[in-house]
Amino acid sequence: MTDSIPASTPQSTGATPSPSPSPSAAAGMPATPSDATHDDVASTAPLEDGAAGHAFDPAADEEDEEDEEEPTVTLRVWRGDASGGDLVDYTLPANEGEVVLDVVHRIQATLAPDLACRWNCKAGKCGSCSSEINGMPSLMCMTRVDELPEGPITVTPMRTFPIIRDLVTDVTFNFEVAKRVPAFAPPPRPDDGYRMQQVDVERGQEFRKCIECFLCQDVCHVIRDHEENKAHYAGPRFFIRFAELEMHPLDTNDRRELVRQRMGLGLCNITKCCTEVCPEHIKITDNAIIPLKERAVDASYDPIAWLGRKILRRHKRSPEEASAASPH
Amino acid sequence: MTDYETHRYDVIVIGAGGAGLRAAIEAKSRGLTTALVCKSLFGKAHTVMAEGGVAAAMGNVYPEDNWKVHFRDTMRGGKYLNNWRMAQLHAQEAPDRVYELEAWGALFDRTPDGRITQRDFGGHRYARLAHVGDRTGLELIRTLQQKAVSMDIDVFMECKILRLLQDASGAVSGAVGYWRPTGEFVVFEANAVVLATGSIGRSYTYTSNSWESTGDGHAMAIWAGADVIEMECVQFHPTGMVWPLSVRGLLVTEGVRGDGGALKNRDGHRFMFDYIPEMFRAETAETEEEADAWYEDHAHNRRTPDLLPRDEVARAINAEVKAGRGSPHGGVYLDIASRRSPEFIRRRLPSMYHQFLELAGVDITAEPMEVGPTCHYMMGGVRVNPETQAATVAGLFAAGEVAGGMHGANRLGGNSLSDLLVFGRRAGMGAADFAEGRSGDIQLDAAQIDATVADAMAPFSREGGENPYEVQQDLQRTMQSLVGIIRTGPELEEALDKLGELRERTAKISVEGGRAYNPGWNLATDLPSMLTVSTAIAQGALARKESRGAHTRDDYPNPDPELGKVNFVQHQTGERGYAAPIQIGPEPLPEMPDELHELLEEGH
Repeated sequence: MTDSIPASTPQSTGATPSPSPSPSAAAGMPATPSDATHDDVASTAPLEDGAAGHAFDPAADEEDEEDEEEPTVTLRVWRGDASGGDLVDYTLPANEGEVVLDVVHRIQATLAPDLACRWNCKAGKCGSCSSEINGMPSLMCMTRVDELPEGPITVTPMRTFPIIRDLVTDVTFNFEVAKRVPAFAPPPRPDDGYRMQQVDVERGQEFRKCIECFLCQDVCHVIRDHEENKAHYAGPRFFIRFAELEMHPLDTNDRRELVRQRMGLGLCNITKCCTEVCPEHIKITDNAIIPLKERAVDASYDPIAWLGRKILRRHKRSPEEASAASPH
Repeated sequence: MTDYETHRYDVIVIGAGGAGLRAAIEAKSRGLTTALVCKSLFGKAHTVMAEGGVAAAMGNVYPEDNWKVHFRDTMRGGKYLNNWRMAQLHAQEAPDRVYELEAWGALFDRTPDGRITQRDFGGHRYARLAHVGDRTGLELIRTLQQKAVSMDIDVFMECKILRLLQDASGAVSGAVGYWRPTGEFVVFEANAVVLATGSIGRSYTYTSNSWESTGDGHAMAIWAGADVIEMECVQFHPTGMVWPLSVRGLLVTEGVRGDGGALKNRDGHRFMFDYIPEMFRAETAETEEEADAWYEDHAHNRRTPDLLPRDEVARAINAEVKAGRGSPHGGVYLDIASRRSPEFIRRRLPSMYHQFLELAGVDITAEPMEVGPTCHYMMGGVRVNPETQAATVAGLFAAGEVAGGMHGANRLGGNSLSDLLVFGRRAGMGAADFAEGRSGDIQLDAAQIDATVADAMAPFSREGGENPYEVQQDLQRTMQSLVGIIRTGPELEEALDKLGELRERTAKISVEGGRAYNPGWNLATDLPSMLTVSTAIAQGALARKESRGAHTRDDYPNPDPELGKVNFVQHQTGERGYAAPIQIGPEPLPEMPDELHELLEEGH
């Protein structure tokens, strides 16, 4: 990343064309985000006092730069399709307060009108613009340019999913897993309505903050590095869905055996990469996966807990019944 | 001729936001084959951005609340331009739709006794919005999405619909579009089509809307010969972010004010007390003490003017900025930091906290926000039967933002999510009834399909033509500066001239690259919709020579009682499409029964 900023744009950096749809590997990107500059990307620390409202002044950050002209920003964007691709540099004037997605949009409007990129809300609420920024799975709309290290910003598509074109990947895998989750099944509504306490709904609400950006799926090494695991591994996004249903005060399905036997919960070895990249700051590992593992073990191996459930707790449907409740 | 694939359904629903999802669930529950077609990935629709809540007179916090009060608030907020029957059905049915979501898994915030809690919002007499913090729209869409998945509804995602197809009788019989990932064309044959395509905000520079809000449904309905009404009524939400420029327009939920935030000008003055209109004077606090006391005790105090309906607040902010009393970046201050504890703010407004911290470097628990008006919502839309949501063309239905009438000249916050649920369901029922009753095979007109495909492909065969991004930016600038929050006759005339030029430029657009996931080409296919709705907005605004609700004319600053009795109806007869003229004329509003008139006059 020490190359000088190219004088003309767009310009290929000449990286080896990717023989397979794994652009970040081809471009020498780190395999896991823990090697990358995570703190720079995901920091939520407030700016120092008085920083808000200051003009973006790159000259102050680039004292060694002889060039005192208008500040620029360079995006090094992976471009290509399933047959292969390459990193291409685009250099534009820098604008105050911009996020990476703003720069992508300006590239589309001026330099590369067919640059493919998925986005919707540009507010961190829809989870469409997921990509890898300097190797870190991130939302382009929530990553400010002025909080990234100096030099070109590398933007590559999510590596875990097949490439469609440029920054857009085929995330069908996630929608297929969603179909295999047995639906919410409440008891009949009492005449005066369901009652739930705020403290009880808050546990599930944390998981329902999920915007389905699939960055946790992207970073999860169980499927990032092992395509074959996708057949029997649901991934962090769906572990929080299972946890949400399991902790829902009204749900009557018991999905613990299902999640252990058919959704690959045991393959997760708690590296917490998913928690690190979650733009909604959901504590995926601590609050969903670990409790779910405990409950699944509990369901399988603890005869006293099993007896206690039979006697004391509301009826929960068995994995077979729960599975049958799913349309797939 | 270009190849295309064909799919056959009883009902297709175009758009997978709240209204489309709810319509599809209803049609599918009737045992009909149903497809949901959406431009983005499933679950990403603009509904996710709704923050504050669902308005429904459940009476969980104020037992004195009921549908009659909600109906009254909605009609007053809409300056009586609403379709009274839609406003009535909406107020009556919204509570059931919220309880239905709860039964499908939604986790709303609770009262101390375990029921769904409700929050205050502008224009609502009682705390009425069921909510989940400040991310209610996400909860709504995820709940409906998961319900739709459990029902095995077929979803065609990232599939852009270009045009409705009509049979020889004129009945809508399907639609033609393309897959965004491949650019391949696709045709749907259907007994009934539901439009649930959302808003038009992308025709403005500063908007809270996502890229999808290009008015496709509004435009396709017009091109199919259906009536649209009240296109001049575009809501500018009073509080969008103003800085940094890259996020200008991004929504700041009304929940900030509902939870105690106050608007202040450069001098720290709470200026909303200077802008209380006569219509709301009797029910609005006159002093800061009363306004602040109202948050704790609605029975003995009148509501804060910070929570006047959105049109009033947006105009007041506009006037303060114009008078030179604005904030450094051209907005005003919205202060909750000095009025509520950091813990309260982070718990009640978590998305706002993160949005400002991460995008603007502002800690809203310690500093005021800078806010200003942003294009937010389209009150106008397809003219529908209030019971069935049927458009004026057979086989076509519309629900949610693409439908007109429900909100009159101005929508109250919270009434959008309830609108989606109530009328999404009704559109699903209406479409299912129509589909079941439609006999014989659908006869699609191959010429319509071929013409649509040829139009869509044309930019590839031009060279050195117009850049679609530049045309879009010029369209947005035109609408922002000439058809914005404050309008005048000469500027509207100028806008219509410029829109004519933009139509000519659109016909000369050329695009680079191939058809697979090509955003330049995708934009080129959105522009016809944007031009048609922009033209209808400007024409409506020119015709309505008065100020009413969100529609403000500097040259006609007051409401005109005669114009308050009419809708401006627009449609295309004869030649169709974005290049063809749209006819406009006034028609009387539906007559309201006396017993509902009385409700409007009760209690102020």
